[in-house]
Amino acid sequence: MGTGRSWRENLAVSALKGVNWVSRVTKRGSGTVAGGHVGLRIAPELLTVLARDRTIIVVSGTNGKTTTTALCVAGWGGEVATNVTGANMPAGHVAALAGSNDQRVVLEADEAWLAEVVRATKPRVVVLLNLSRDQLDRANEVRQMAERWRQCFASPQNCDVVVVANANDPLVVYAVCDAPKVLWCDVATPWSLDAQSCPRCTLPFMHSDGAWRCSCGLAKPVVLATRLGLDLSVHGEKTALLLSLPGEFNRSNAAMAATALVEVGVAITASVPRMQRVTGVAGRYTLRSWNGHQLRLLLAKNPAGFDALLTTVPEGTCDVWVAINANIADGRDPSWLYDVAFEQLVGHRVWCLGDRRLDLATRLDYAGVSYRIADDAAQIPVGEGPVNLLANYTAFQEWMARSRPC
Amino acid sequence: MLSIAVLYPELLGTYGDGGNGLVLFERVRRRGFECSLVTVGLHDEVPDASIYLLGGGEDGPQRLARELLSASSFVERVSEGAHVLAVCAGLQILGRTFCVEGDDEFPGLGLVDVVTTRGSKRSVGELSVNVDGRLLVGFENHGGRTTLGEGVAALGRVVRGRASDGLVDGYRTDRIWATYAHGPVLAMNPWFCDEIITSVLGRELEPLASAADLLYRQRCEVLSRGSGG
Repeated sequence: MGTGRSWRENLAVSALKGVNWVSRVTKRGSGTVAGGHVGLRIAPELLTVLARDRTIIVVSGTNGKTTTTALCVAGWGGEVATNVTGANMPAGHVAALAGSNDQRVVLEADEAWLAEVVRATKPRVVVLLNLSRDQLDRANEVRQMAERWRQCFASPQNCDVVVVANANDPLVVYAVCDAPKVLWCDVATPWSLDAQSCPRCTLPFMHSDGAWRCSCGLAKPVVLATRLGLDLSVHGEKTALLLSLPGEFNRSNAAMAATALVEVGVAITASVPRMQRVTGVAGRYTLRSWNGHQLRLLLAKNPAGFDALLTTVPEGTCDVWVAINANIADGRDPSWLYDVAFEQLVGHRVWCLGDRRLDLATRLDYAGVSYRIADDAAQIPVGEGPVNLLANYTAFQEWMARSRPC
Repeated sequence: MLSIAVLYPELLGTYGDGGNGLVLFERVRRRGFECSLVTVGLHDEVPDASIYLLGGGEDGPQRLARELLSASSFVERVSEGAHVLAVCAGLQILGRTFCVEGDDEFPGLGLVDVVTTRGSKRSVGELSVNVDGRLLVGFENHGGRTTLGEGVAALGRVVRGRASDGLVDGYRTDRIWATYAHGPVLAMNPWFCDEIITSVLGRELEPLASAADLLYRQRCEVLSRGSGG
């Protein structure tokens, strides 16, 4: 390391590593973001410097970023540099790159930072999963986000980037309508409430036979690189796609990860078996224990994500805990609870947790779901079988810290 | 029989306001009255209804919703006696003009003499409003500044937040209630929902206990303490 860098850039890397080491040993943080900020302060173009001569895949979208990033890393095989969960802005990216000599890199990027990350890192491939409503009190409305992405991929500076894009999300299709190199993926995208009218001209879409189009010309792409049914097909090559991770949405994430990996020279027959071995991602999906309970932690931050995860709650009666906070990182307005199809929980035993448990209880009451409110989770009796615990961002972090792997 | 129509949730449902339809329906049904709830999509005709619900949405969809409503029987049905609850973008659409997509001005439906211009900054945060001595609580998230015409009554006086202009929230006519409060507003404020039902049905209601009572009490306490949590 160090070749081709200025003294200032070397100083920035040393400072970054030093701060992160202190952060880790003093347990003040996970040792990723603080050092990144220091490094970028000393050398603002540090991300560009560290990304040079590496093969980079960037993953973005409202839902599935962390899992798809993990699937890309696993599917690539061997040593791959990647950012720590949640550290998906440039400070986390420089920390990931400074901490590893690996030539192969997968970076998860926050939607609002995508254009900056693409400019700085010049990735080989960008994966665009989906766009939907999320934390509207602090983020852009979703159409503004799609427009920012469009400007990024229309830029001549980014004309070499291959975009792996979801053909069933009209906001994603609009975002890359001016990009020169796109591989379209026909993957299940059940959430469609944010894209019933055209992001380009606002007229309503017409739907038929699984396709959609607007009179202005924006339409579901017809030339598809990737199709996903029982089998996964990428550029005509087929393989079975079965994952250890639950849910059709994770099969979609894997299909897009596999498509990105083909672009960096990994055949789907090589990547998919490696993805099958992923059983949990950053504490999600795998069983954890707390206070005599077995918990399956699921992170759901917004309506599309919640709806997708509710499909993984087993049929029959089981214990479901839902924990909702409304801190800044969660979005301070929990109105979105009414966009989630909580009616699916009818028949389960549901406990309401978190700072906004009364908002949740009201929502469940009107949904006809029988629920109980737990002011203190320690009061909840231990039942049979594992608890499915769905939590939004800061509530999920609290439960991760509180519980231990089984 | 009380019929509820939620208008264009694909356009005016960005902020969870579709929940107002469910809450209204349930609070009528649980009292033993006949009730129906329909969702009116982009390609549907506007049906006859006792009350129409409009919610908040993004700029382009707000403009499209106005165009669709303008071409429908909506204004005629409201003039003939239907009721309306309009939130945020919905509130703006019912007025004379509104601004979206920069400072571009668009005609509203002209049902109420109010004008919405672009505010100097976006209003985002907890909102509480004094409505005839009772507190209405919710969350606002909009960029509009709404000015009432002469003789138009505000829904209430702002206690916390900015709402229409920092002083008042929304407006109230014989059959129209309009507010900037999400929450959804009828979920967070069961008394407000019941006031609307009373007005639409034209009869007094028995009290109805529900989880929403606990929620309303808690939000009033939290907002009066001045903390957002």
